[in-house]
Amino acid sequence: MTTVTGSVARRPDTVWSEHVSFIDRIPRSIGMAGILIAFIALWQLVHALGIVSPIILPGPRETGADIVFVAKNLLSGGYMLDAMWITIKEVIFGFLIALTIGFLLGVLVGEFAFGERAVLPYLVAIDTMPKVAFAPLFLAWLGFGISSKVALAAFIATFPIVVGTAAGLHAADENARMLFRTMGASRLQTLFKMKLPLGLPQMFTGLKIAAVGVMAGAITGEFLGGGKGFGELIRVAASQLNTPRVFSLIIFLSLLGLALFWFVVWLERRLVYWHKSSTGGAASA
Amino acid sequence: MTAARRLATESAGPQTGRPVYELHGVAKSYARRSLHALQKIDLSLTEGSFSSVIGPSGCGKTTLLKIMAGLIPPSEGGVYLEETPVTGTRQDIGMMFQQATLFPWRTTLENIVLPIEIRDGKAAARAKHDEARALLELVGLKGFENQRPSELSGGMAQRAAICRMLITKPAVLLLDEPFSALDELSRDFMNMELQRICLERKATAFLITHSIPEAVILSDTVYVMSPRPGTFVETVHVDLPRPRTLDMMTDPKFGDYVRRIRARLDEGAFL
Repeated sequence: MTTVTGSVARRPDTVWSEHVSFIDRIPRSIGMAGILIAFIALWQLVHALGIVSPIILPGPRETGADIVFVAKNLLSGGYMLDAMWITIKEVIFGFLIALTIGFLLGVLVGEFAFGERAVLPYLVAIDTMPKVAFAPLFLAWLGFGISSKVALAAFIATFPIVVGTAAGLHAADENARMLFRTMGASRLQTLFKMKLPLGLPQMFTGLKIAAVGVMAGAITGEFLGGGKGFGELIRVAASQLNTPRVFSLIIFLSLLGLALFWFVVWLERRLVYWHKSSTGGAASA
Repeated sequence: MTAARRLATESAGPQTGRPVYELHGVAKSYARRSLHALQKIDLSLTEGSFSSVIGPSGCGKTTLLKIMAGLIPPSEGGVYLEETPVTGTRQDIGMMFQQATLFPWRTTLENIVLPIEIRDGKAAARAKHDEARALLELVGLKGFENQRPSELSGGMAQRAAICRMLITKPAVLLLDEPFSALDELSRDFMNMELQRICLERKATAFLITHSIPEAVILSDTVYVMSPRPGTFVETVHVDLPRPRTLDMMTDPKFGDYVRRIRARLDEGAFL
């Protein structure tokens, strides 16, 4: 060869690259599918060996058949769809109420010294209580209809939004505050043109926690206060020892929760397009 | 008076111009912390002059700048801009900080017209877009109107911050270590750019800095501040021709100024 540089001939086999282990090179979709298959296989194994009673843990096949049954009922507009629709309404109303109250309280606590000194201690005190314990109160006040579930869902979801909003309003650094003061900005201008936009990433962190909490609130309300929602279906199925049904209802319920969560993530990407974490994919969620 | 003649008279002596910004016996103490931050500061910035204040950390430079910007009131003394007392923040004071503080959801152009938007609303801000474009050209950022701040380098972001400061046509520029977050090469370059922009706009500027060479190369007058309670212990008039170049840093006169300031700073230092 004539292309030898120096005295050492460079052969291709001397090229080295950073070692990435086999397991880290598996693509995400294949990895996730593999985990699911392994889980179902283990489940089937436990079921086939008869380690656990089928009443407590039904096999994957029975559960799968029931998922198909529930899906058919939902798609054909059966009674389950009515129940789901009630839960959806509770979740949406609960979320909207939590958003409104949480945002306003967050601004009160985050923007005004009075709010931070006089209101925040009470919010912290209430936030440390197990909020589910308030469910009987809401039932007594609002009855067994949809409103008591909405109230509990909103109650649980409000606090993360308050915390996220208040923390977001503190996100602006000293320079940004000074800059706005030197420009002669009013308090409202400072809030809307600087503090709120800068605080959006934290506010969305609160919203994501609230999206999970609002589902938990609605279902807990239905467990404790009856009604005609999805939680009631689960409670009835469980009382009838219809474990496959409980499993399949939980799966559809989690789809509902995921839908709300992904809606918040979608909204975040639309509004906070300029922030790093909102362009970083699902890992940031 | 032509620009050339004007420059000539100014380099002959910084005291020749009309005073734009004046401090009379300004002092600042915090009673609650029984802290005496600033003591009896007199200062007069003449039109088109460039002055710097240099001093050890914690000597009250930033407190002084905040008083000058109308962000905090002095405990004693008076602050006057264009012969009217400064009793709060004003649109004819331009400020620049170590961080560019551009807002990431706004384009470069929208960031620059922000002071106008705050003062006169969105329509007025849009009407200033052409002026903002002219400023971008002045600072060498032509074509970056619609870029987001995240797409700008540190030096470019500070150029945009210069435009934002200039859009309201302030009577005085207050600069709080504007380039100290940049690497040294960019910093030297941006200082020369700052000089060019100030000369072109005939701006009156006041700079806070930690760097003696930076203060000397940019300024007509360098004020040396003592440790707390801060006051001016030495006033150095830099008699080097304008426009200054980085080559002047090897000039023996430049070295003399640096040594003089260095010696005065060391005198007051707690070593």
